[in-house]
Amino acid sequence: MSLLVEMNDVHTYIQSFHILQGVSLQVPRKGATVILGRNGAGKTTTLRTFLGFQTPTRGEIKFDEKIINGLAPYRIGSMGIGYVPEDRGIFYGLTVQENLKVAARDGVQEMEKRLGRVFELFPDLKKAWKQIAGTLSGGQQQMLSLARVLVSNNRLLVIDEPSSGLAPIVVERVAETITELKKDIPILLVEQNYNVASKICDNYFIIDQGRCVHQGKMTDLEKETELKKRYLGVAV
Amino acid sequence: MDVTLFFHLLLNGLAHGMLIFLIASGLSLIFGLMRVVNFTHGSFFMIGAYLGRSIYLGTDSFFLAIAGSLFFGFAAGALMERVAIRPFFANRVQLLLLTLGMMLVMNELVKIIWGPTILRFPRPDYLIGTLFIGDIMLPYYRLFIVGFGLLVLLVIYLFLNKTRLGIIIRAGVEDSNMVQSFGINIKQVFTFTFALGVSLATVGGAISGPFLGVYPEIAMDNILIAIIAVVVGGIGSFGGSVVGSLIIGLMGSFGGFYLPQAAMAFNVILMVVVLLIKPAGLFGKGGLASGR
Repeated sequence: MSLLVEMNDVHTYIQSFHILQGVSLQVPRKGATVILGRNGAGKTTTLRTFLGFQTPTRGEIKFDEKIINGLAPYRIGSMGIGYVPEDRGIFYGLTVQENLKVAARDGVQEMEKRLGRVFELFPDLKKAWKQIAGTLSGGQQQMLSLARVLVSNNRLLVIDEPSSGLAPIVVERVAETITELKKDIPILLVEQNYNVASKICDNYFIIDQGRCVHQGKMTDLEKETELKKRYLGVAV
Repeated sequence: MDVTLFFHLLLNGLAHGMLIFLIASGLSLIFGLMRVVNFTHGSFFMIGAYLGRSIYLGTDSFFLAIAGSLFFGFAAGALMERVAIRPFFANRVQLLLLTLGMMLVMNELVKIIWGPTILRFPRPDYLIGTLFIGDIMLPYYRLFIVGFGLLVLLVIYLFLNKTRLGIIIRAGVEDSNMVQSFGINIKQVFTFTFALGVSLATVGGAISGPFLGVYPEIAMDNILIAIIAVVVGGIGSFGGSVVGSLIIGLMGSFGGFYLPQAAMAFNVILMVVVLLIKPAGLFGKGGLASGR
């Protein structure tokens, strides 16, 4: 089966800084793939380049076998890619319902069809339907951010640091939810918390200094103590 | 102060406030969404007044004067966004200078076309006269401006809160990149918002004509006041632009009655006080310098 995402030798500059220095990675059409790496390694820039928010100076990016380099972010989003950024990107002054309406790319009727599943996963959002999103707790805001990518027919979810800034018990719930989601939709994840990533993901890429330095099956990474220590700072 | 004078000043202030609101709401939405300070906004208000007058004198229909200025504003706004704003969008300094330059050109063009002197914009017959409630005098035309302003306010409020496009505009004010990730072409939203904002200014100009008169200086006078109203209310906040405009309108009416020389100073002092207490304005989020 062909790959869903292919990035080949992608270079990206932010101002004069050469952040991505030849990233190559592949995302299969099933399961969850994680990009691991230390702070500043280029993980988020990899996602933002894939999503069109940064323009690569070199290399090729394909989604579902179509080259998407240089396309505007809205064109890439409309191909069926749901993005959950690290800061959650929710619209704080809008209600929960309005946040979902903005995200309803396939129309409000399609959104309403999918709400049953959304409320099943995130019952809190049903109670907070008319609540201003800025007044939700951190965990609820993360749920809202995830819910927004479920109200349209997305073919890939791109999730950046879902555990960032959340209490451990909430992190566990978020991890369980993403594990549940990956049964239906392939996921590309960036996660700094190795334990969370290892619970959710099937495949991994390690990025260091703007390059992919290692890749493989998540189950194999478990045994690579030296690799984890060197690139992820995970204590043995 | 006797009751008659109080109501006279109140209605005057509300009418002025509503005219300021028609400029300020568009200015605020455009700045909130696109981070563009559109100095031509006052000039469009002025052109709306001239155009409305010409249409009214030509057709004898006040409705057509309002509708014509509205459609002209929408078309001119859309054209300006596509042709002049978009190519310079990445450079805010160039954009600032561009709209400032366009404002000067528009103000001079109007003098060439319609002349530099004040022109009379007659009121339609059905809006001439005064409503008396006891001793209180309420001129029909001022009541009309307040009513028209309230109607526009209601329509824009419903649009921003009940339609998906309106909700997208509010979301874009907070984070336009995130809006794009949902497959929404933000540039089209920019064009629409710019056109909507300009059309509010031109229609405001058209209804101001019979109240304020039609002359080139209304552009400069009103853009300054509208900018102060936007800053006081909170940039990007529609509710803020309503409240800011009404405060400025009422303050201008009451303050101007007692101390006419200090009317503009009152506005600036109010802005300074609000910014010192709440840097983002009464209903704004973040600060004036906050970026995204």
